[in-house]
Amino acid sequence: MNLKRREFIRLGGITVAGSMVIPSLLNSCKGNPVSETAASYMDHFEVTPEHLQKVLATALEKGADYADLYFEHTVSNATSLQDKKVNSAYSDITFGVGIRVLKGDQTGFAYAENTSMESMLRAARTAASIAESNSVWSPSTFNEIIPRALYNITTSWEDVVIKDKIPFITSLNDKIFAGDNRVTKVNISLSDSTTYILFYNSEGVLSWDYRPLTYIMARTVMEENGRLENAMVSQSYRKGFEFMTNDLVDSLASDAISKTSRLFEADKPKAGEMEVVMAAGSSGILLHEAMGHSFEADFNRKNTSIFSDKMGKKIAQDFVTVVDDGTLPGDRGALNIDDEGVPTEKTILVNNGTLTSYIHDRISAKFYNVKPTGNGRRQDFRNVPLPRMRSTYMENGPHKHDEIIASVKNGIYVEDFSNGQVNIGPGDFTFFVKFGYIIENGKLTKPIKDINIIGNGPQALADITMVADNQKIDYGTWTCGKDGQGVPVSMGLPTVKIRKLTVGGING
Amino acid sequence: MNTNEKYEIADLVIKHAIKNGADEVAVAISDSASSHIEIREKKIDRLQESISNGLSLSLYVQKKYSSHSTNHLKKDDLMKFVEGAVAATKYLSEDEFRYLPDSERYYKGGGEDLMTMDANINTLDPKSKIELARQAENEIFGTDERIISITASYDDSVSSDVFVTSNGFKGESNGSFAGISASVSIKGETGRPQDYWGEYCIHLDDLVKSGIGKKALERTIRKLDPRKISSGKYLMLVDNLAAGNLMGPFISAIYGSSMYQKNSFLIGKANTKVASEILTIIDDPLLPKGFGSRHFDQEGINAVKREVIENGILKNYFIGTYYGRKLNLPPTTIGPSNLVFKSGDKDQAALVKSVKKGVLVTGFNGGNCNGSTGDFSYGIEGFYIENGEIKYPVNEMNISGNMKEFWNTLVAVGNDPYKFGSYLTPSMLFDNTDFSGL
Repeated sequence: MNLKRREFIRLGGITVAGSMVIPSLLNSCKGNPVSETAASYMDHFEVTPEHLQKVLATALEKGADYADLYFEHTVSNATSLQDKKVNSAYSDITFGVGIRVLKGDQTGFAYAENTSMESMLRAARTAASIAESNSVWSPSTFNEIIPRALYNITTSWEDVVIKDKIPFITSLNDKIFAGDNRVTKVNISLSDSTTYILFYNSEGVLSWDYRPLTYIMARTVMEENGRLENAMVSQSYRKGFEFMTNDLVDSLASDAISKTSRLFEADKPKAGEMEVVMAAGSSGILLHEAMGHSFEADFNRKNTSIFSDKMGKKIAQDFVTVVDDGTLPGDRGALNIDDEGVPTEKTILVNNGTLTSYIHDRISAKFYNVKPTGNGRRQDFRNVPLPRMRSTYMENGPHKHDEIIASVKNGIYVEDFSNGQVNIGPGDFTFFVKFGYIIENGKLTKPIKDINIIGNGPQALADITMVADNQKIDYGTWTCGKDGQGVPVSMGLPTVKIRKLTVGGING
Repeated sequence: MNTNEKYEIADLVIKHAIKNGADEVAVAISDSASSHIEIREKKIDRLQESISNGLSLSLYVQKKYSSHSTNHLKKDDLMKFVEGAVAATKYLSEDEFRYLPDSERYYKGGGEDLMTMDANINTLDPKSKIELARQAENEIFGTDERIISITASYDDSVSSDVFVTSNGFKGESNGSFAGISASVSIKGETGRPQDYWGEYCIHLDDLVKSGIGKKALERTIRKLDPRKISSGKYLMLVDNLAAGNLMGPFISAIYGSSMYQKNSFLIGKANTKVASEILTIIDDPLLPKGFGSRHFDQEGINAVKREVIENGILKNYFIGTYYGRKLNLPPTTIGPSNLVFKSGDKDQAALVKSVKKGVLVTGFNGGNCNGSTGDFSYGIEGFYIENGEIKYPVNEMNISGNMKEFWNTLVAVGNDPYKFGSYLTPSMLFDNTDFSGL
């Protein structure tokens, strides 16, 4: 991205990013050992290569092994509709630099909310105190890592004014109301954020990223004979304003109507253990909860994950291959570089049934003596990076969707979810089903809703008995929480059958 | 930033917003300092210090409303931020209900010290904090060969806020806490049970310094080798720490915003029976040393003690200014402060003794509640109880039901309020809960 054009405030734009982007390219950067792009990010944060080296030297003055600086400037906007009118808006600016110091697997961390040398040096000294000797760090040369280009934006959110967003929001509202006369409430929020990242570490790695992220979400309430039902639809991408199209509005409106109206027919199933068929798409929540978190290498390094002793072992049938991918263009979970300056990749976690890789950040990669997988992520500059998922999905298998449904005598088919959780040690995981069907004698029969499903990770993985060839990534607004930090992720799955999970419901 | 500096910035922002076309403005400015220390295998695993500040702004411009926040308080940039925010607000639709509260309702000062802050926490040196965390690990380190991992932590935070509105409110609030916690994993036959214990306080003098590691280990060991029991209806005893989670959907249903959005199963239920007559809940903002204590809420409204549920009857909703106007209901306060429960006469051990066949639930795993209908389903872990005795741990089970009926099945309340948060939930015993298992 060209940063030079971001120096103005667009009147009428809730966006106020320009207010902080100070001067055009400073001459002071000339002759310094960094590219023009790196220099423009440094200008954005009002720092020079010498500043970066001075702060790192201070961070390492107590004799630690490694230090990094993570500069972030995020501008977020949300525009909301209630009572058929776009009548509230929200914006936020987050600005600062996180300074992390590592000694072995020990972490010292502090941050500054401005980039004056005084503030940065103070934070660096605090973080440095994780180590206790004295040493002098000789600055490395700048080893620039040019990020790949996974987010191809046509119209940057910084160039979009609020009045451009309003017609899409009101049109979505009108279409939902027009689609069913039981609709009584619609709430819509269109949210966007733009993040500038500058990263530098004591190995000399210098990188940067410009990250757009957007979602639109609509909550619909219908009322019939005094009974209320509600459903949420959403889509999220790392894309620019071009993602808002009339086609998207039409498809969201039709989903909102069908997802809400079908709930009037649905009920709770009978409680107990049964076969569960996971629909293609957002059923990827199964992977995220049942195995994804347990594969995060910090839990394994500490031996607290139920998968700690399973590396290289057969944990599923041959047709099960699970990946965590940071490289899907425009995907909510995509990253050009992770938050530790490591280029992302497609990481194969389970290859034809065998556990082949954990999810690594720099600390765990060093501990296991493997290459970092580009999974070091943080909520923002105020938090330390941790091993986190990106887009987690299963590759296609040998079976057919219809064949899978037909194979179930008594079970359920689940296709819409709101949330999930896992206890890493015991391996118990859950996901909450917003909608699905009972399967009787190979056929979908009564609709079901609002039930929790619980299982055990290693058992569920071993119990995947069929995988279809209809893999689908879900574009819902999924946010993964860990250690108090939320990061955007996505997930996907082909239709999958699990021999047995425990389904919430009623008894006799 | 001291309080006067915060007031100066707030005044500047209000004046600038009004100069640029805002009719009314509310500004909150906060700053906080916090530390987080984790000890693992006798070493410091993480040492984290945070000093942060933030400003949030509500704008009312020609009957249009927006809100904003920033942590970038450099004066020139802040003024541009305000200008951009005011300009953008003008493009929104009008909303006749958006204007500041009647200034008569504001807190006018002069209240008792609620003791929500201890500045001594700021002066505790890092070495002492590290020692406090080490102590929790030392208590149990090497005491049991099944231990896989212990993470002992010390956390604290001191924060101070000012809130100013253009129609005359000006107030400040302070808060602090410090606490020690430990998380333990042990090796079991199948899984690796994990549990946690933490104790927190507002005043450093009240900090419990020992026993935390031991309690975390006990809580973990008792979870070894869990089983799953048959699906069916059982008595459910929920311990005081877990009971807070069950309160969540119930409290959410009595927010004005939830009712207006039809995301509540308690619409129109004021002064009717919504729970068993043994349930009485009071929202008490003026409790000394309470984690949720305050003299005024986020809108500056004077805080008063109110009954939320009295003997099972719903007495008050949480209604802020805006949704009060939209619902045409008298406003109360925008959300709960400290929730205090009328105590029963038994502790948890005595409640266990009273159960012939049931489950003591000590933790929830995922699940959700449909706000509109009250239908809920949650994963649980806990212990099977038979003839008044805890038999063995259970896990990988769900409970399901509907909040409207569920709270009427409450048959006993403990005398053991949870001490380390703003929901002072006791242990609670429910009759006839649907469990799904084998």
